Amino acid sequence: MLFKTITKENFKKMVEALLEENEVIGPKSRDRDTEGNKIYRFLKINSFEELEMDYTRSYSSPKNYFLPFKEDLATYHFNDKGWEQEIQYTTHPRVIIGMRACDINALLKLDQVMLKSVYPNPHYFARRRNTLIIGLDHEPLEDCFCRSMNTDTVFHGFDLFLTDIGDRYFVAINSDTAYIILNKFDAGEVTEEDRERFKTVKKQIESKFKTQVDITILPELMDLEFESEVWKKWGDKCLSCGSCAMVCPTCYCYGIEEDTDLSFSKATKRKFLYSCNLLDFAAVAGGHNFRPDAHIRLKYRYYHQFRGFVEAFNQSLCVGCNRCGKACLAGISPKAVIDDLIRTEKLQK
Amino acid sequence: MKYLGITLKRPKVGFFDFTGCEGCQLQIANKEENLKDLFGLVEVVNFREISSERRDDYEIAFIDGCITTDSEVARLKKIREQARILVAMGACACLGGVNNLRSRFHLPDVVKEVYDGHPIDTGPVRKVAEIVPVDIELPGCPISKPEFEWLVRHLILGIKPQFPRYPVCVECKQQLNSCVLDMGMMCLGPVTRAGCNAVCPRNRLGCWGCRGPSEEANLESLMEILKEKGFTEAHIAERMNFFNAFSGILDNDR
Repeated sequence: MLFKTITKENFKKMVEALLEENEVIGPKSRDRDTEGNKIYRFLKINSFEELEMDYTRSYSSPKNYFLPFKEDLATYHFNDKGWEQEIQYTTHPRVIIGMRACDINALLKLDQVMLKSVYPNPHYFARRRNTLIIGLDHEPLEDCFCRSMNTDTVFHGFDLFLTDIGDRYFVAINSDTAYIILNKFDAGEVTEEDRERFKTVKKQIESKFKTQVDITILPELMDLEFESEVWKKWGDKCLSCGSCAMVCPTCYCYGIEEDTDLSFSKATKRKFLYSCNLLDFAAVAGGHNFRPDAHIRLKYRYYHQFRGFVEAFNQSLCVGCNRCGKACLAGISPKAVIDDLIRTEKLQK
Repeated sequence: MKYLGITLKRPKVGFFDFTGCEGCQLQIANKEENLKDLFGLVEVVNFREISSERRDDYEIAFIDGCITTDSEVARLKKIREQARILVAMGACACLGGVNNLRSRFHLPDVVKEVYDGHPIDTGPVRKVAEIVPVDIELPGCPISKPEFEWLVRHLILGIKPQFPRYPVCVECKQQLNSCVLDMGMMCLGPVTRAGCNAVCPRNRLGCWGCRGPSEEANLESLMEILKEKGFTEAHIAERMNFFNAFSGILDNDR
């Protein structure tokens, strides 16, 4: 990987240049919580000033810029002879600034499913290829457990990755496009001093991880604890509101619906992201529901994240961002649930 | 009108108002940009907000408002006899709605307070389903125009409409809203049926439950969460009873 530095002043110029021809998404605060903390989200920015590079946690992940909550897969135009199908893969070029290592790792996991499977998803592909990703390092928050999930660092899946070393960013370059853009803004060679500052920042980051989740035996533990009371305990609290899956950077389950317009001259096939926690996720034609109980649905979400995905891809789907834990009003977090499972297992021994 | 080579029937429809603000009918009448398309799909034979025509040969009846008087009961029963499909439209028709707030008080006291003793024909507030069988409930206060149009398309194609069974939170998160509960506001979104695109939380106003409970809503859990956040039982009960959406659950607090 190539490394360079860019001064914050030049970085501003770079963002302003990117804003001229691209849709730029970045961390932006709207509203404050009851404790006065800013609530951040990845939103479209119209000027460099709107970008909040010192953001802490975005309430929702930037997943929706690759897998929109709702997207039209195809449109059908009816005529006398039948119908014509119209499919749009073209997307406007987009830049996302400020993605964390965990969020980029989340994309790499989604790539496994969306790009490397038997039937790649062309809509996802179009967005992925037309999005320039500028990552950003941060000091872990109290509940970040990305380190346990091995997603606290990232080596590919982005174009640029920034580490704040004071008056400049230490930049990892991972694409030709990014290299060309960066060089237009007087990117500097890495000096011995930059290297030292970078190492200090990295050590600082490493020293701040507080939350750990033991996942070493998790797939097996989950099989052993399939009937555990732990699921019931947390399931009883679960509101089955789907918030966890919506804010999650990797939850990709979806539904499809078809609808016509008011003149019945056109129909649309629409995909919408869904959550396995929702009541009718496993309801089928005829009315039978395979998972009518909240605790069973909750369990299966954890199974997909920590067991099913491991079986298929040798890694968990969860990246340890704890957005689900933060969004859950009932206080259900991966850390709490997994610790509970491990505790039960130990008690039984 | 043809759809995939099949000629579609243009059903005759009637709109009928009972006790309510008639705002749900207004929602339909005031969306002018596609009113022509909408009324090309159905033949309106009875809709006082848009036409002076009064015919009783409708196949589909849309009922707006709750039922409070004997004459309304008789009129509703007559409509039910005529209509092949009866749609209860809006929170008043589906739940009793805001009008039901009156039921907390002794009826003669209410009449005396509001009408100063002037005799008035009024009785208990009832939702449409308490009087006649209802085929479809179109929720909301007021109803959502896109959802109404969506329902009309289903009625014409003869497909059973599947309303969202999940709560408002799903749509709220999809809009990247801040959670108003995190911001210290009361919200019933986690137990209220979605389909409104979280219009209230999107505008920094907690949900009031106008679309009725989501299916298998976990009220117990939400109650605990709200109490933990410092809301009093009375405050919670007031919110939950506002549209009569959660009646029977908090009766002790009345």
